[in-house]
Amino acid sequence: MKNAISDALVITKRQLLQLARVPEVLIFSTIQPVMFVLLFRYVFGGSISTGQPGGYVQLLMPGIFVQTVAFTLAATASGLAEDMGKGLIDRFRSLPISRSALVVGRTLGDSLLNIVVLAVMGIAGYVVGWRPTSGLPKVLLAFLFLLLFGYALSWTGIFAGLSARDARVVQNMSFMITFPLTFLSNAFAPTTGMPRALQYFAEWNPVSTMVAACRELFGVENQFGATAGSFPSENPLAMSLIYMVLIMAIFVPLSVRKYKNSSK
Amino acid sequence: MKSVIAKHLIKTYRNGEVKALDDLSLDVEEGTVLSVLGPNGAGKTTTVRILATLLSPDSGNATVGGIDVVKNPEKVREIIGLSGQYAAVDETLTGWDNLVMFSRLYHLGKQASINRTNELLERFSLTESARRPIKTYSGGMRRRLDLAASLIVRPKVLFLDEPTTGLDPRGRQEMWGVIEELVKDGVTLLLTTQYLEEADQLADEIAVIDHGKVIARGTSDVLKKQVGGERLEVVVESAHIKTTMDIVAKVSGDKVSLDEALRQISAPVSTGATALIEVLRALDVAGIHPLDVGLKRPSLDDVFMSLTGHVAEEIVAAPEAGKKKGRK
Ligand SMILES: Nc1ncnc2c1ncn2[C@@H]1O[C@H](COP(=O)(O)OP(=O)(O)OP(=O)(O)O)[C@@H](O)[C@H]1O
Ligand SMILES: [Mg+2]
Repeated sequence: MKNAISDALVITKRQLLQLARVPEVLIFSTIQPVMFVLLFRYVFGGSISTGQPGGYVQLLMPGIFVQTVAFTLAATASGLAEDMGKGLIDRFRSLPISRSALVVGRTLGDSLLNIVVLAVMGIAGYVVGWRPTSGLPKVLLAFLFLLLFGYALSWTGIFAGLSARDARVVQNMSFMITFPLTFLSNAFAPTTGMPRALQYFAEWNPVSTMVAACRELFGVENQFGATAGSFPSENPLAMSLIYMVLIMAIFVPLSVRKYKNSSK
Repeated sequence: MKSVIAKHLIKTYRNGEVKALDDLSLDVEEGTVLSVLGPNGAGKTTTVRILATLLSPDSGNATVGGIDVVKNPEKVREIIGLSGQYAAVDETLTGWDNLVMFSRLYHLGKQASINRTNELLERFSLTESARRPIKTYSGGMRRRLDLAASLIVRPKVLFLDEPTTGLDPRGRQEMWGVIEELVKDGVTLLLTTQYLEEADQLADEIAVIDHGKVIARGTSDVLKKQVGGERLEVVVESAHIKTTMDIVAKVSGDKVSLDEALRQISAPVSTGATALIEVLRALDVAGIHPLDVGLKRPSLDDVFMSLTGHVAEEIVAAPEAGKKKGRK
């Protein structure tokens, strides 16, 4: 057990070393969300009227935070698929290490990367007018929530990365899942304008419950349409936690088993 | 004691369509080198991957160091080193990073990992490029680093899958040197190769495989005997062919053959150098000056030819790497 953890940490360290050797990866994975902040803030911000004190950016930031951590799925998946496609995986497998080390190590590494990205985005948000009003403890709690969500999703990424044959396929596949999920949600625009059926989908969408949870924690009031009063609208924090536990409960054992069998 | 035993291994792909291994059995005596020789697709990599616990056979069983590879893969992994057909190192990281990482994964302490890394880099002449990403390494450097990574904990049994494929003659020569040194240190080695010359040079014993089966095994000498002993070959001017054939026939006492295009006369001989001298004396007495004369031992190419009935087209003749150094 002690070895299992230290083995995983060696793998995490490897990922950090890779970032140090190719810093462009880190630079671009932070520039992209910052670009999103600026685009949405200045391109759509003017045309979406919110009646929100502090303006659209208060609604927007939680949405962009969640979207960014949701893309951890793609990052984890393609990173792992790339490893699997190379001879390197054979070496890892022929080492006397716990078989979960490689996948656990990668999920940890991707979470560390998320910390950096979220911090940079928070600063960018602050510069363009984002001002959470709930006090530091709740803001930190929100970030913790975001990290956990990213961590849970990276296990789906592990599963996707192990299932696909090619890193590029995985990349595209993950985007095909995460894009609709982030847009069929309350992340960038209130769901009240959507057709009724979509509103229900959007309200139960884990991205929405996460966004609503973050808004709550940042001190922003959530707006609901057709689904006002539903369980996820009333309890976004609890619902998000349930989703995370559910995702992990399904994908952790599934992924570890898949990894063990993947060479047979 | 046998360090590696494989019995009746069968491995198929695509629901039985592709038979990668078809009842393959082999064993390696402790402290010796077995070379698994075969053309592309013969099943070399499949064999190595099963023995190194990366793949399970459909049926049959195998032990490494007395431990069952299917039932106890974790235990096997503690005593083996593997260097696969394609270098298995992290391309983005430096050579140093890689070796330290793998040392840590072998559960060496921090300082021990660093020491071992420096030792291995030194031994494989990689110290100078230690701080460069593997991406910038040449094929030979990559191969050496990969081998270094498989030697971190001094494995009892080492598997090398085509360790010199893709290397230039100098790289191959260097690799052979390194491997010979490892063998001197007492490691048990199973090595696959497509190069007849390599098997001849490095191995105590050779297992020739084709289509997932061992079709012959033995020392290189035994295999060559299986094909027939030495042949005496003489090339002379056209005018002297007739006389020369009579002389060779007398010495050989066997069937003499003639290659008219080459003006080469050849016949099997059992007395080796003595036969050669006899023929040369007789030619001298007859006043014939041979253009070329020699004793030819059958090459492993000939072995493959006589074993399979077909030329191993895929078998690449080893480039002029290391003219036989004769090991030991
Ligand atoms: N994953 C796979 N799926 C289908 N067929 C496979 C797979 N792996 C190997 N094979 C087939 O099994 C046979 C043996 O392959 P193997 O890789 O062991 O050959 P090899 O002797 O190592 O060849 P090479 O010299 O080219 O490395 C080949 O016919 C190959 O096509
Ligand atoms: Mg092979």
